Amino acid sequence: MNLSQSLRGYLKPFTESVLAILIGVLVGAIVLWASGYDAIAAYKALVVGSVSSLTNFAQTLSQSTPLILTALTFAVGSRTGLFNIGAEGTVYFGAIAAVGISQAIPNPLSGIIAGILVGALWALPAALLKVYRGVHEVISTIMLNWIAFYLAVWLALSVFVSPSNANRTVAIPPSARLPLLMRNTTLSWGFVVAVLTAIVVYVIMWHTKLGYEMRANGYNPRAAEYGGINPKAAAIWSFVIGGMTAGLAGAVQVMGVPPSYAISQGLANVYGYGFDGIGVSLVGRDHPIGIIFSGILFGALGAGATKMQQAGVPLEMVKVIEGIIIVAVAIPGLLDLINRMFRRGRV
Amino acid sequence: MNTGMILGLTLGSLAAMVPIVLTSVGAAISERAGVVNIGYEGILMLSAFFGTITAELAHNGWVGLLGGALTGIAIGIVHGVITVYLKGDHVIPGIGINLIGYGGVAFGILAYWGTAGQHQVAPNAQIKPLWMDAFGNSLSPMVVITIAVAFIAWWVLFKTPFGLRIRAVGENPEAADALGVNVELYRFTAVLIASALSGIAGAYLSVDWLGTVTKTIAAGRGFIALANMVFSGWDPILSLVGGLIFGFFDNLAIYIQNNPWLAGTIPWQFIATLPYLVTLLVVAGIIGRARAPKWDGIPYKRE
Repeated sequence: MNLSQSLRGYLKPFTESVLAILIGVLVGAIVLWASGYDAIAAYKALVVGSVSSLTNFAQTLSQSTPLILTALTFAVGSRTGLFNIGAEGTVYFGAIAAVGISQAIPNPLSGIIAGILVGALWALPAALLKVYRGVHEVISTIMLNWIAFYLAVWLALSVFVSPSNANRTVAIPPSARLPLLMRNTTLSWGFVVAVLTAIVVYVIMWHTKLGYEMRANGYNPRAAEYGGINPKAAAIWSFVIGGMTAGLAGAVQVMGVPPSYAISQGLANVYGYGFDGIGVSLVGRDHPIGIIFSGILFGALGAGATKMQQAGVPLEMVKVIEGIIIVAVAIPGLLDLINRMFRRGRV
Repeated sequence: MNTGMILGLTLGSLAAMVPIVLTSVGAAISERAGVVNIGYEGILMLSAFFGTITAELAHNGWVGLLGGALTGIAIGIVHGVITVYLKGDHVIPGIGINLIGYGGVAFGILAYWGTAGQHQVAPNAQIKPLWMDAFGNSLSPMVVITIAVAFIAWWVLFKTPFGLRIRAVGENPEAADALGVNVELYRFTAVLIASALSGIAGAYLSVDWLGTVTKTIAAGRGFIALANMVFSGWDPILSLVGGLIFGFFDNLAIYIQNNPWLAGTIPWQFIATLPYLVTLLVVAGIIGRARAPKWDGIPYKRE
């Protein structure tokens, strides 16, 4: 395959993702307008808040950091033929692990390793239930997300609660924090970690035997099994790698984002990234490199949402837009469909 | 444990059973026809919201249920068109619908009522209980209706030509097609029935059982209902049994949290995990024997 062929192979999914995003923006505008808001003003605030200055763009990259990592969870699952939506709960435990270990061993590496390890551990229940009991991962991971939420709330506010402030955990000590990339923003080395992780996942999935086996299992499980690939091992590895990136997301989020460097009440600063990561992965076509770009796009939505809120539009609107984008991504052959409509229109 | 407590727990379990059973009966019909949908959580959310709006406009809780059903159908049309007619993936639209549900309701409560995260349903927009005692125990007419719906759905699925065709397009669409059954039409109809039932369940949450709309009102019940559907082997009547088990633990968690004597001994967060933990254990325990319809979740394209 030469370069132009391989580029063309990427062009169609890319165009379809862009179309899905446009549909999300358009339908979102209708929802805004129907709810009595000024859609243009809302979108203007969204753009201003995310890319209008270097500081704002740093905010966008900062928001994209955990999303890239949780999207990798879903992508690795999806490529193995699994709908792993357990990143959400894993993020909480990754964050707790980082807070916990940094009290004992205060350096950034220990927090990162703890997040990854705890993430891998929390992935095991769903993996084992899938492999040995045939429990569908959508049901198990959703149930585990709720269980994780309540357990993490308890851990945060009972075990690791700050002695000076009952509304948050103890903070990560300064020596264990990820340094900022840019002053007066929340952009830290966490973003670099996320991008490097995406590249590592790409290498694992496309340039190692394990990755080949996982993808073969996802592409055609029966053929893969005839080819000597163990589907159970592929599924377990998929959950474990996914758990690692999600756990890392939690650790990086709490170690890299000023000012608190702690988990706040109701897990507010680590909540929702796992679910949003699903959308990031789908728009990025479950490809680690695509995910870096769609992660930045969703990060922009997150950063812009704050500005939109200041303009009077509830920031939850961004979730609605994201949801519509995902539904639009699910429309198969979106590009062909629109092509056909245009052709019909011309005749 | 006295009789008052037993009565309270029983009635509470029945009340908690309603949304789970209505949704899992619907999901069973849809999957019997071969269409998977994991977006019931989002349908519950949005229909709890729009059900309340319609109920408050009409000053009538029953109209709210109708509003919920219509909300469900509207979402069902989107899911049905993508999965049945465009042959798209069955799981991805549901992920989007759930996100729209959670975002949309949080947004909608602020946009429509101007309150953050929660709205108390007006008393004249709530469904009156069939029976009520001085301690606040009550029995909703929806409990009776839900049991009836489960039996009717079973009868339709297993004893009528319509039900036979629904099952045929999910079990062997090629054969059904060869016999002249319109596979797409039956699949689409099944999706709409399921979404309507789930929509009624969502409106029940707000205009009947809980009397409030919150930005997390579905609380995983859309997924618990899917677990219950598997647990009951895609059988509407058996889903009543599972619904009662899940309803019992759902309600027990609320009951213990509201009981200062019990709540003091164990952290409430542990109790709150109960419904989800039980769901996981039950599904893990029975799944080996569960068998899904053969073409469940697989788009059917004519050769």
